[in-house]
Amino acid sequence: MLKSKTFVKKTRSGGVMKIVREHYLRDDIWCGSEFCVECKQDSTVLQQDACIESNLLSSPHYLIPDTNVVLHQIDILEDPLIRNVIILQTVLQEIRHRSAPVYKRIKDVVHDKEKHFYTFTNEHHRETFIEREQAESANDQNDRAIRVAAKWYSEHLKNAPKAEELKIVLLTNDRANKEKAEESGLVAYKCEEYIKSLIANPELVDRLALTSDDQNEITTSKLLFPEHLPLSRIQAGIKSGSFLQGTFRASRDNYLEATVFVHGEGEESTEVLIQGLQNLNRAVHQDVVAVELLPRDQWVAPSSVVLQDEGPKEDDKEEEAENMLRCEANEAMLKPTGKVVGIIKRNWRPFCGMLSKSQIKEATRHLFTPADRRIPRIRIETRQAAALEGQRIMVAIDGWPKHSRYPNGHFVRNLGSAGDKETETAVLLLEHDVPHQAFSQAVLSFLPKMPWRITEEDMKNRVDLRHLCVCSVDPPGCTDIDDALHCRDLENGNLEVGVHIADVSHFIRPGNALDQEAANRGTTVYLCEKRIDMVPELLSSNLCSLRSNVDRLAFSCIWEMNHNAEILNTRFTKSVINSKASLTYAEAQMRIDDTSMNDDITKSLRGLNKLAKILKKKRIEKGALTLSSPEVRFHIDSETHDPIDLQTKELKETNSMVEEFMLLANISVAQKIYDEFSECALLRKHPAPPPSNYDILNKAANSKGLLIRTDSAKALADSLDEAKVDGFAYFNTLLRILATRCMMQAVYFCSGMDSDFHHYGLASPIYTHFTSPIRRYADIIVHRLLAVAIGADCTYPDLMDKHKQSALCNNLNYRHKMAQYAQRASVAFHTQLFFKNRGILNEDGYILFVRKNAIIILIPKFGLEGTVFFENKDKPSPRLTFNEEAPTLTVEDHTFHMFDKVKVTISLDSSNIQHQKIRMALIEPVIPGVSVALPEGEPEAKKAKLDR
Amino acid sequence: MAGLELLSDQGYRLDGRKPSELRKVQARMGVFAQADGSAYIEQGNTKALAVVYGPHEVRGSRSKTLHDRAVINCQYSMATFSTAERKRRPHGDRKSSEMSLHLKQTFEAAILTQLYPRSQIDIYVKILQSDGGNYSACVNAATLAVIDAGVPMRDYVCACSAGFVEDTPLADLCHTEESGGGTSLALALLPRGGQIALLQMDARLHQDHLDALMEAAMTACRSLSNVLDGVVRQHLQEVSLLTRE
Ligand SMILES: [Zn+2]
Repeated sequence: MLKSKTFVKKTRSGGVMKIVREHYLRDDIWCGSEFCVECKQDSTVLQQDACIESNLLSSPHYLIPDTNVVLHQIDILEDPLIRNVIILQTVLQEIRHRSAPVYKRIKDVVHDKEKHFYTFTNEHHRETFIEREQAESANDQNDRAIRVAAKWYSEHLKNAPKAEELKIVLLTNDRANKEKAEESGLVAYKCEEYIKSLIANPELVDRLALTSDDQNEITTSKLLFPEHLPLSRIQAGIKSGSFLQGTFRASRDNYLEATVFVHGEGEESTEVLIQGLQNLNRAVHQDVVAVELLPRDQWVAPSSVVLQDEGPKEDDKEEEAENMLRCEANEAMLKPTGKVVGIIKRNWRPFCGMLSKSQIKEATRHLFTPADRRIPRIRIETRQAAALEGQRIMVAIDGWPKHSRYPNGHFVRNLGSAGDKETETAVLLLEHDVPHQAFSQAVLSFLPKMPWRITEEDMKNRVDLRHLCVCSVDPPGCTDIDDALHCRDLENGNLEVGVHIADVSHFIRPGNALDQEAANRGTTVYLCEKRIDMVPELLSSNLCSLRSNVDRLAFSCIWEMNHNAEILNTRFTKSVINSKASLTYAEAQMRIDDTSMNDDITKSLRGLNKLAKILKKKRIEKGALTLSSPEVRFHIDSETHDPIDLQTKELKETNSMVEEFMLLANISVAQKIYDEFSECALLRKHPAPPPSNYDILNKAANSKGLLIRTDSAKALADSLDEAKVDGFAYFNTLLRILATRCMMQAVYFCSGMDSDFHHYGLASPIYTHFTSPIRRYADIIVHRLLAVAIGADCTYPDLMDKHKQSALCNNLNYRHKMAQYAQRASVAFHTQLFFKNRGILNEDGYILFVRKNAIIILIPKFGLEGTVFFENKDKPSPRLTFNEEAPTLTVEDHTFHMFDKVKVTISLDSSNIQHQKIRMALIEPVIPGVSVALPEGEPEAKKAKLDR
Repeated sequence: MAGLELLSDQGYRLDGRKPSELRKVQARMGVFAQADGSAYIEQGNTKALAVVYGPHEVRGSRSKTLHDRAVINCQYSMATFSTAERKRRPHGDRKSSEMSLHLKQTFEAAILTQLYPRSQIDIYVKILQSDGGNYSACVNAATLAVIDAGVPMRDYVCACSAGFVEDTPLADLCHTEESGGGTSLALALLPRGGQIALLQMDARLHQDHLDALMEAAMTACRSLSNVLDGVVRQHLQEVSLLTRE
């Protein structure tokens, strides 16, 4: 049956266009119910046993939610309790239109077999299709479509055997819709009404999103915020240039301040400063907003005050806080200032944080404080406040009405008690969006069956290199060994060097669930005491790990080199190897140094070491940078899993030996895959930083009378080498730490989508990642490309699609960035634990940066950075003079320069359980009224002194 | 918001068809009395008219004459009112010339041209309304018109387009699907022998997908040939009824 669908659509250019589309109606769309005998369906989704215990209904029932219920109560629908739900096509399409995240979530639910959610294609069903009536709005039409479908279901299943009891329940919060549904004889409930009636799980009620009806109760007499403009006016405003569109970024330190990052054309991006509650106008961090610039005479300077929202307070206090922002500022510091006039797109996600219980004992409304300081507090409703106290919980925002000081939200789930190591790890993984659930059955089903052995089939397109004396060199305790090396003399006097990388792409086949999971995770995340694997452990620690004395599949890159480390010939092949030894860096170093050892492994290592030194020298001559960052490693107590000692990572010659060959392999592979696939090679680039990034480095060097040239990587590397101060050995390391901070982030990209391939830090024209496929997904793709290039494997469509690959690169870059942040957060948490156990320590440190009211200090011993503040809430501030040019900070009579040596006490400040931090206080130089006395005597006494 | 979802998880396309289903086809033969053969076809919202003259003596320059077979002359055009926005130039643009050439190639492969040496057959097709699959509609209309003109062919030539969306081949694309960004191909088939008269694809497609896509297009062509066959038979019946009277 054919229906023609005609509608009028406005085109992008503003014209009006008539669009005619065909709309076929079918009679082969089945109802999906187990009861039904009429429909000729192969499989059913909706169960006969569809009973959710409820006070309202005792019989089995199927739920049909309307669009708004799905949109706002997705947390409820995701609960395992809610099953047998019919999602109508009308609803699904509207959701797709209105919220991409919810659409993704509801689709995941539909795919979950346990949930018994059925999608009914009602708009193409002959009996449930409706035509638009005259003067009917799109919304009304959709509501009617939902009612018609519900009606059809109840009629359709009425005659089915054993289905007399079955009810079709429409869930809607729209009063008119509900009334109309009841008129036509349907069972309809409001979502709250239904959820509250459920007997099995009263806790679900807390997860109900607050809907507009409830908000009336919180209304205060006064409107707190200006109205948001409708989208049409925003769009018109942006077009005419009176508004700007940008991403809202709340300030971490000041809840009354934010910037809006406006993406300009090309390089022209600007930032607009927003100050004050009224101007912030309910925007939340990461929202896309429209801002209007204030007239120039109202522009302000960013305040350097630290302000934290202390909870509900009197209005005048709020004003007082806002006045504090308006510090006197000179003309030059004024920034374009604006106000938020409307929200273009909310970017809300569930937030981790803690409940601040209301003072009133029986209250059910409480404020929730997110862990991320950039997110405002959220008002939620819960009956389990007492139980949630001291727990880390997740909360989602539902809305922010204009008369409410805080946004309204609802409880999502409990993560565990705060301060607990498990909970804190879960929080930091969630906050950094690291996928960390156990691998699903679907993923595990693609693992090789055990016991695994190499078959004839595996040997196709593969050479046997088991006779070679291959060994691996890794940090101690490494179980995911992805690289191994060998070096031997050839008869013609040259050397053969091989880098053998775990052949992960042999086990992970394109497109299956295992591959998709790995692609989504992107990288293995290493936390201090935990590793979140990218691929299941069977692969990462066993079948792919190139352990000694077992046969393993590898992807080998083999060079013929002369004794000057010049490459004469490069060969890539899939192979089988049998590593003769898994060494640690220290063990390998020992073998090289011990002249009495002359076995094959040691000789091989010596040959590699010799070549590596030459390679490194060449690389540095070309201008590769050696930068440094203070890396620390914790010694973790094996029983309590508490950190008992900190150690800065020590680099041995063998570290750089392995690194050198990995770099070489990566560069060789990058060249090869780019030659073969100029459009779709996955490469890695490191852009040169803009000159202004080096300002701080220049200032720091100038203060010691040195000059750093930053015009090229080579010049920078050379001048860093020359920058030495007599009697201050650590100076050079400090400079390198600073230089590291000036750098840009290296990123993956697809060669067909970019023209600049240069890797600045390595001074290489082309680079990629090939050597760690167990822990990085980029390497798996590179392996696949290389395998196709040498004819060892076949290609597949997505590999050759530059757009899909570009999208993959974006995900990988995001995951790598988040993994790095998560790692830092984990180090910070463990540092805190360490100091918690240690009490107070006195250490030497160096000033890394000088700020307006503080100095930032690096403690080399722990690789720890901390801030010494000179302003205190309860004490009168000392005299502070800040010179931005030098930069120096004069406190009373002492002037601090960058790199000055100081002595500080370190302790843990746990006054705020969500934000425990390391506190540093100055001991030396002694400044009366600012520095603290060197603590002496009993450790208890120390604590007492500092606690005041 | 993301673009249109061309294929839903339940396996329905935008207009409610399943991936392998064709649009509704309606056709009539002998719509014009003056021409030697003519036909009108509707495939969904795509509507095409085909008119055939000949075989007749070669007109215009004699140099075109072939001594062993007939010359096929095709001309494709689109009505100015065929698209949502009025078309400025109905024929003679690059796209139309290309389409004319494709049609010529298709029918040179299908018509038994060696039966008419030193003569010419003209095929004129016009798209009256365009909603994707213009080439296929033209070929199908022209086939009917050629049959109506009584010019012998090896077999029906049936054409159909197919596209690739989310790893599923879709048959007989409508305009929205064609402009949805995926790769599409047009295929003209002589169904009985399974010979391909023309295959055209101008975007990139991975080799692994090609077979599936061609298979989908060929299946669609075969079903179309059944429809066309039905039209021809019905037309014959009507005509024979008339002549008997
Ligand atoms: Zn049924």
